Amino acid sequence: MSTTPRTIVLVGHGMVGQRFLEALAEHGVAGRDRVVVLCEEPRPAYDRVQLTSYFAGRTPAELSLSDEEFLAKYGIELHLGDPAETIDRERGVVTARSGLTVAYDTLVLATGSYPFVPPVPGKDAAGCFVYRTIEDLLAIEEYAKNATTGAVVGGGLLGLEAAGALKGLGLSTHIVEFAPRLMPVQVDEGGGAALHRTITDMGLTVHTGTGTQEIVTGEDGSVTAMRLSDGSELATDMVVFSAGVRPRDQLARDCGLTVGERGGIAVDEQCRTSDPRIFAIGECALASDGRVYGLVAPGYEMAQVAAAAIAEEENSGFTGADMSTKLKLLGVDVASFGDAHGTTEGCLDVVYADSRSGTYKKLVIGAGGELLGGVLVGDAEAYGTLRPLTGSVPPISPEQLVLPAGAGAPVSLGPAALPDEAVICSCHNVTKGAIRGAVTEHSCTSVPEVKKCTKAGTGCGSCVKVLGQLVTAELEAGGVEVDKGLCGCFAQTRQELYEIVLALRLTSYQELLDAHGREEARGGDGCEICKPTVGSIIASLAPTLGADGYVLDGEQAALQDTNDHFLANLQKNGSYSIVPRIPGGEITPEKLIVIGEVARDFGLYTKITGGQRIDMFGARVEQLPLIWAKLVHAGFESGHAYGKSLRTVKSCVGSTWCRYGVQDSVRMAIDLELRYRGLRSPHKLKSAVSGCARECAEAQSKDFGVIATSNGWNLYVGGNGGATPRHADLLAQDLDDDQLIRLIDRFLMFYIRTADRLERTSTWLERIEGGLDHVRDVVVEDSLGICADLEQLMSAHVAGYRDEWASTLDDPERLARFVSFVNAPEVPDPTVQFVPERDQIKPDLPLLNLTARPLEGTATR
Amino acid sequence: MTILAVETTTAYVQLYVDGDWLPVCDDPARITPGRGVAVLLPDGSQAAVFQDRTGRWYAIDNRDPFTGAAVLSRGLMGSSDGSAFVASPLLKQRFDLTTGRCLDDEGVSVRAYAVRVAT
Ligand code: SRM
Ligand SMILES: Cc1cc2nc3c(=O)[nH]c(=O)nc-3n(C[C@H](O)[C@H](O)[C@H](O)COP(=O)(O)OP(=O)(O)OC[C@H]3O[C@@H](n4cnc5c(N)ncnc54)[C@H](O)[C@@H]3O)c2cc1C
Ligand code: SF4
Ligand code: FES
Repeated sequence: MSTTPRTIVLVGHGMVGQRFLEALAEHGVAGRDRVVVLCEEPRPAYDRVQLTSYFAGRTPAELSLSDEEFLAKYGIELHLGDPAETIDRERGVVTARSGLTVAYDTLVLATGSYPFVPPVPGKDAAGCFVYRTIEDLLAIEEYAKNATTGAVVGGGLLGLEAAGALKGLGLSTHIVEFAPRLMPVQVDEGGGAALHRTITDMGLTVHTGTGTQEIVTGEDGSVTAMRLSDGSELATDMVVFSAGVRPRDQLARDCGLTVGERGGIAVDEQCRTSDPRIFAIGECALASDGRVYGLVAPGYEMAQVAAAAIAEEENSGFTGADMSTKLKLLGVDVASFGDAHGTTEGCLDVVYADSRSGTYKKLVIGAGGELLGGVLVGDAEAYGTLRPLTGSVPPISPEQLVLPAGAGAPVSLGPAALPDEAVICSCHNVTKGAIRGAVTEHSCTSVPEVKKCTKAGTGCGSCVKVLGQLVTAELEAGGVEVDKGLCGCFAQTRQELYEIVLALRLTSYQELLDAHGREEARGGDGCEICKPTVGSIIASLAPTLGADGYVLDGEQAALQDTNDHFLANLQKNGSYSIVPRIPGGEITPEKLIVIGEVARDFGLYTKITGGQRIDMFGARVEQLPLIWAKLVHAGFESGHAYGKSLRTVKSCVGSTWCRYGVQDSVRMAIDLELRYRGLRSPHKLKSAVSGCARECAEAQSKDFGVIATSNGWNLYVGGNGGATPRHADLLAQDLDDDQLIRLIDRFLMFYIRTADRLERTSTWLERIEGGLDHVRDVVVEDSLGICADLEQLMSAHVAGYRDEWASTLDDPERLARFVSFVNAPEVPDPTVQFVPERDQIKPDLPLLNLTARPLEGTATR
Repeated sequence: MTILAVETTTAYVQLYVDGDWLPVCDDPARITPGRGVAVLLPDGSQAAVFQDRTGRWYAIDNRDPFTGAAVLSRGLMGSSDGSAFVASPLLKQRFDLTTGRCLDDEGVSVRAYAVRVAT
């Protein structure tokens, strides 16, 4: 290796550029040689693959890939916002836009791609965007504030991501794709059809087989519509072009490097261009196999090859890569790997398609029975194990690999079946063997440690699930006890603690901690994780244990989360919100008037919640008893909006009024809400009852949802809204009232008994072994013989229910905690103030900063 | 009168503020072990006072430095490695009750007060 320091110039600090710098450091080149980076964007490299997560709340800082420490450590000179403009190959000098010139010994081009915008009239109008950089996203977000409709040109991978983002911004969204199906590159016709259906069901409008002819603008020059190739016009306020990318090879063209006919800087296996001093890597390069790769994993491989070549070290070269992808677009799993389109001679397809659930799976099998590739849409669970099996003959028949669990697929193929050389993380090319080695040789004991050690799972993230399974399996095989304990105080899971509490009839947290806690935690004060968890277990079992059902007496008061402790919901400025129970969403005019009067008299902000009831915000802690005195007097009860307990049972109007209704959904919703009110559980519980299959109450998004049939009720379980929505599964059909209630009793008590802390029924159902089938066996078939116990526990709860607010108001001692200051109970907290907004109040937040005092250091004691 | 006698036997929770012991609560039994209460200090600021299960007392500033809200007294108390902490009820950061140091963010701390129970 040469010894005189050289100057290496990198043009482009994108994902691949950053990986190249890391590889230079690994080879000991950075730090020894001078490294200069010219970066066009105003910020250092960031995770472009996760770009869309910006709309889910990830900040640009969180997306960043490079850190200052790294750059400083290796003395890397990074010039932000200063793109390279010309390359003088004869003199070996690059000139940047600012006029900066750098003489190089080695030049590396990692300029990536630019989004292709078809040359249609109006393409530059205000309201037209592309989707590539953080700056693009900021501009789209800003413009969308004044828009109601958006259209995306291009139904490929990026187009669907952009469409998801527009939908997330609240726009009614169209996708216009020239090809006859969505994601034409990755999926075949059948997969495209499944995708189309699912995406249409989500409320997006898809136009396939249609080109964009013109962007129509209004008088002010901004977008008003698109004219399509079929002659129709699509009204829209903004357009995002996502019609593919083109390699950024202009710099290379200008200085006479060889570029491909259809673009891309031609390189050899070592990523060297036609000038041996210049390399090209990533999306701007035309690899030696004649392809331009638009994915990050091949780019990373090229970065490594180029760095090794520069370090003059042996390397295998870059000869091509697999185009496998797994994505979660708009919440739909889509994966394709290997020879997805079945182009290999003599290959056969194995296809499973279920248009009802939008699932499509195809495997391409070679003449010798080997797996060549595949397409998965709707359920890509198997991707993590199938992709590494590509090229080998799978240990079980292909049919079994595509059938869904419970439909004749007896074996589920776990990562244990994979050979050591199977690539688990294709972003960083990490094999199963390397992951096992991280555990056995480098003594990693957790997924984060293995990630750090091998880089596996730090790219697109699609391998993390399999990674977790492998790490656990390896640890267990090595005899290492995997700590599944609840927290630093208990080595048991929540389920195990439940069993202990129930079996020993424990009613005291301290007793449990001192006898069953971890050695080092005994005698201590516990922590904020186990205290509410144990508090909840004791509360759900209270009547059976003989504990006080009131959650704020004695030691129990110290266990409750702050909201439960004040029986109200803490808001950002320290005030509280109040939600009285309105069972089934049905309320009399008199009661509505009382809510209005209370809110008016106490100056509270009122809002209709997403749970068919009314929230009143801005109460100070000492006002809570006064407000509740009025509400209880008028017949209201606590709505437990603060508890990990039953929230609401929503209803639709049902057969009483609705022309389609087949059962009285309102009555059933009220019955259910009154039955399960106050039931403390591992997480909140929500329910809904719809009067017919039109499902106006959205029961299929609830923990337990009920839909009327002409013969009775269908019970659905495990639904969820929130961040990871899940459609509920049908547990049983055509139940009469008694059967329905008995089954819900069992289901809820089984969930409370076996779920983890803060695990909704949806995640619980997916986690527990056997899934829905197991739960059905237990609660319908009584396979464990525990149904009588479960029913008994529930009837004890129902009999023991007492309204928490009425019990509180009855007892002066209990009321004593509702004071602002223990030494000045009559003085309201001066930091809780409000200012007007839209004829109501809102918290005076600037006040909280005004009262901020500089943070003081440690006081001496 | 009996009032004198009562006064002399009343135990006060006291905070060391500005060079003096300030009585803040005349009925220590009212403070549930493992939970806190807020007290108003003469300069208008607030402190959060806690008692652990062994009867040890702690006090720190009531203001949560992450949100600005005066709520630390309403957090859940716990202990780890023998030292007591409170988790903010808003965003759950933990503060050591003896030093006021935030256990989840090295750069942040709140003021800690000395506390005693005396007559
Ligand atoms: C008030 C309300 C918003 C509104 O103004 O409409 C609301 C407010 C809060 N929601 Fe919600 N959610 C409200 C309806 C919903 C709904 C709609 C529904 O119930 O039909 C959902 C989706 C359905 C679901 O849960 O599956 C919903 C999904 C969530 C989630 C995500 C849960 C999940 O499993 O992903 C959270 C976060 C959590 O619980 O971890 C959350 C958490 C919260 C918290 C507790 C956040 C917090 O810690 O401060 C908010 C406090 C309530 C308060 O201070 O009063 N809220 N939240 C709604 C109260 C309904 C009620 O009457 O009780
Ligand atoms: C929304 C989105 C989602 C994606 N999802 C996936 C995915 O799931 N899986 C996957 O594998 N890939 C995905 N990709 C593609 C992936 O981001 C790219 O393959 C990867 O970023 C390529 O890295 P690169 O360094 O070659 O190019 P880039 O990351 O684009 O970096 C090139 C950089 O060079 C700069 N530059 C250009 N010219 C100059 C110049 N003259 N001087 C200085 N700087 C210059 C550019 O400004 C840019 O910052 C996605 C891309 C997008 C936009
Ligand atoms: S779900 Fe059926 S019964 Fe209920 S309101 Fe809708 S259409 Fe009517
Ligand atoms: S496969 Fe992308 S992070 Fe592992």
